[in-house]
Order: sequence, then C-alpha cells, then structure tokens
Amino acid sequence: MEETPQVKELSGEARAAAAAYEIISEKFGDAITPLDANPTMPFFEVTDAERWLEIALFMRDNPHLRFTYLACLSGMDYPDEGKLGIVCNLESLGEHDHRLAVKVRCDRDNAVIPTVARVWKTAEWHEREAYDMYGITFSNHPDLRRILCPEDWEGWPLRKDYKVQESYHGIQVPY
Amino acid sequence: MQELPKAEHRSVRVTPNGKNRVVIEKDLSSEEMILNMGPQHPSTHGVLRLECKTDGEVVVEAEPYLGYLHRCFEKHAEMVDYPGIVPFVDRMDYLAAMNSEFAYCIAVEKLLDIEIPRRVEFLRVIVAELNRIASHLVAIGTYAIDLGAFTPFLFCFRDREHIMSLLEWASGARMLYNYIWIGGASYDFPKGMQKRIDEFVTYFRPKALELQRLLTENEIFVKRTKGIGMMPADVAVNYGWSGPMLRGSGVEWDLRRNDPYSIYPELDFKVCVPDGKHSEIGDSLSRHLVRAYEMEESLNIIEQCLDKMPAAEEGFNPRAAIPKRIRPKAGEVYGRAENPRGELGFYIVSDGKSTKPVRCKARSSCFVNLSAMKEMSMGQLIPDLVAIIGSIDIVLGEVDR
Repeated sequence: MEETPQVKELSGEARAAAAAYEIISEKFGDAITPLDANPTMPFFEVTDAERWLEIALFMRDNPHLRFTYLACLSGMDYPDEGKLGIVCNLESLGEHDHRLAVKVRCDRDNAVIPTVARVWKTAEWHEREAYDMYGITFSNHPDLRRILCPEDWEGWPLRKDYKVQESYHGIQVPY
Repeated sequence: MQELPKAEHRSVRVTPNGKNRVVIEKDLSSEEMILNMGPQHPSTHGVLRLECKTDGEVVVEAEPYLGYLHRCFEKHAEMVDYPGIVPFVDRMDYLAAMNSEFAYCIAVEKLLDIEIPRRVEFLRVIVAELNRIASHLVAIGTYAIDLGAFTPFLFCFRDREHIMSLLEWASGARMLYNYIWIGGASYDFPKGMQKRIDEFVTYFRPKALELQRLLTENEIFVKRTKGIGMMPADVAVNYGWSGPMLRGSGVEWDLRRNDPYSIYPELDFKVCVPDGKHSEIGDSLSRHLVRAYEMEESLNIIEQCLDKMPAAEEGFNPRAAIPKRIRPKAGEVYGRAENPRGELGFYIVSDGKSTKPVRCKARSSCFVNLSAMKEMSMGQLIPDLVAIIGSIDIVLGEVDR
C-alpha cells in the first residue's frame, strides 16, 4: 500500500523545514532540487553551484529564515558518480525553530565550490578542512590552506581512492 | 606534488619549493616579530601552535596552527564498524568521554529503530553529567593555574578523583570508558553505586561553592579575566560557537533544552547565563562563571535522576536492546549533544547494507570555538592571550581529531 507524500504525517520539525524550503524555492526554485523530506535530515541540493553564495546570503539574512548558525560543513565523496560535495547543516539559533541541510556538488577533476566563509565565519575553517581532506577548492576563500595535515602533504586523505604516500621527509608512512 | 592554490590572506603565502618542501612567507613590518607559542607550551592546553605576530608586547594577531594531534578519526571510522567507533570517539575529547560517546550513540540510534530501556537512559545521563562536572573541574583548575593561581588546581583535581573512582566503578576505566554503547550501555551500576553518587553530590556541593568563591571573589583573577576576550552574541553565533562559550556571551542556548535528547525533557535545570553583575557579558570571566554555575546544575540533574531512576529488576541487562549486528537503514543524520565544551555533532551517512559508515564526520566543538582565536587575539597583550585560550577550554584531541 503506497502512501502518497501529501498524506504522510510530518513531524513538527519536518514541517518547519518544509516551510523554510518553500520560501527559498520561491526565489531560487530553478537552482535547487525539491526538498528531500526524509525524517532524519531534511535537505535540498543546490544544482547551480555558482548561485550558492547568493542562496547562502538569502538564507542567512531573510527575516523569515534567519539561518544564522552553520552547525557543520562536511566534505563528502560520491565515488560512484565521480563527484565531490559539501553538506551544510544550518540552523536558526534562537530566532525561528527550523533546521535544514544543504548539499552542493562538484566534479572530481575540477572541484570548485564558491566559499561561504564570508557569510558564516565558521565556514572558513570547515572549508579549509574540506579542502585538506577532499581537495575541494573554494573560490574566493580568504585563506585556503591545509589545516590538519602538514602543508606539504600530498594527496587528499578522505577520498575513497586515496593512496597514502610512501614517505614524508624521510619517514616511512605506511607501516 | 600538486600546485597549492595561493592563499589570498594578506600576510601569508604558501608556495611549493622543490620536492616535499613549501615556503611559507609572512609580511612583517620592521617593528613586528613572529613568536611561536607552542606546540610545547604549558598554557596552550595541548599541542597547539599559536603563531603570534607581535609589535612589542601587543599581539597584532595570533593564528592557531593545528594538526599536531591529528589521528585520522574520520578515516578510521570508515574502516571500523559502528560499535567499534565508540572507543575512537572516547579518545577525541578525552576529558568528556562519556558525553562524546553519548553524542555518537544518539546520532546512530536515529538511524536505527530501537527503544532504549528507561533505566539505561538514566544511567547514561548520570554518567554524562558526572563527566561534565569532571571536565569543568579540569577547565577551571587549569584556567586558574595558567593565570598563576596554584591552589584551586589541586582542589579541582582532588574532587575529580572522586568522580573518576565512581566512573571506574561503573565502567572499568578512569578516563576512556567505552561505556555508552549504541542501543544501551555496557554494564549496569553495581550495588551501592546510587548511594555513593548521592554521597558525592552531598560532599561536592559546598566544595563547588567554595571553588567558585575562591576565584570569583579574588581581585587578581577578576582583574585578569574581566573584559578580556570580548565576543558579542551575534558574532559568536556567526562563528558557530556553542556551549559555555555561547552562553558566556549571553545567548540562552543549551542543546539539552533547545534540541533535547534522551530524558532531558523530564528534568528540571536552569540554562546558565551570566547576569553581568560579576563580569561583563561576553568576556572570559563570563565563560568561566558559566562553567562554575553549570557544575551546580549538573549536581541538580544527577539528584533528580537518582530519584527518578527505575530500580533494576532481576536479570536486567543494559545490553538487551542492542541488535546483534548494527546495520542502520540507508540515510544520513546529523546528531548532536551538549558536550561540556559545546556542541559535538556527528554527520553519519549510512548506505543501509554495510556495518561500517560511509562517512562519519565529527563536528567538534573546540575546533569551531578555536576558529575565533585570530579575531579575539588582535590587539591583546601576551598574558591576555593566555587568559583567552584558557577561557575557550580546548582539548586538542577534539580540535585535531
């Protein structure tokens, strides 16, 4: 017995996320996917990565949305599709009661995503970590360098096809 | 070696220079000097390197360099099955291991369809709150000793010994417990444990008050921390701050109240926000005070839990609800809990078929709290820098993972 999406019971949290998504899709409907209203983490994906900065500013500053708090920006590897991406968990801290996740993808070979470090200052370090671990370049980032690995480390460690380097400054790495 | 993109930062340039070598260039005017604080330094609370550009005694900017304790938690998490990640999570924030395990387990349990037995919920909350007190004791003790107050340090560690003995009795280990498991806990409390915890709560209440008065009513401590490291509330939220840091800036945000998990909705506790009478809201002293008040609230929570906890029936097994093989359904979740240092979140992606996660990202509270260091340090004196780092309360294990 198939349940149609409109009949399914949405929790209060999911309804708040859907309402927030409505406001975003009114303005940017052509650059984003429909809301994936799964119960654990409702999210939508930005298909046109060039407009990600615009969408982020809108989400932060629009008085009905006010997503002021970027909880987490994780890098992500999609080896089957040959893509990399980021997943941002946004929240409106103390103002509205909604939470939403946003995904942005890019190709593996030319992995460039616009930065949101100027929208949420916390993104500066999160994006540095995504660069360090996955090799995603964030255009217009104020200070894009490796953060956890040494500056001259080779390769992108968290990619699924990562092969660790044989030696680092004369020290044998795999043991 | 791949081309490193040139950093646009106004004074740092990283360029490749031959095999496995880079050149890092910084611009300095003739009066400025670059001074390394760390990675070995008693006041940086671990292996943190702060590269301070100083103009005389004034710090122009102090930039944190991380990675000295990076142990590849996220890569290990993709190779180990879900229950096996719990000891790794312990070792991230080793001072608040129970809270970290709690955060990880509730994140994974969102993808599973199991019901945690009620007594196990109370076990988890009690050990998490005990660990919160222990963690704040370390934070307060080391903060005081960084600023030169040697006595409170040993008071804190003496009381922490009691907590560690209690947790050792419950779980078998003093610091890295592997106690809170996905779907339950590893052992039930031994007979007599509840009475001992009650005795500890009665013993510690006056000691917590004494500790707080020892520092808050001390003119030197107040002079060194009041007005230092100011952070307005909206900037703090923009920097992603959480926990005592955010509450120290006056924002009433506690995940146990605003995004509740486990049995916290049934418990009555205050969200501690400084009132501005002893400190300026947003400075280091406020953050310290939030931690001191929170210890008392944790004692209240533990007392309520001991009252409400259901007794263990014959044959109660805290592992009863744990499935034989933990294979969460396909999906992703961002689960988080209130750690003593802030919000510890786990972004877990599961493909539904394997017993290992596809991605397990740990959003660590200290990493995010430390990112504001560069802005907070501008224009401070070097001793004030020590006061600021101490008030952020970092644990490098969590910063670097």
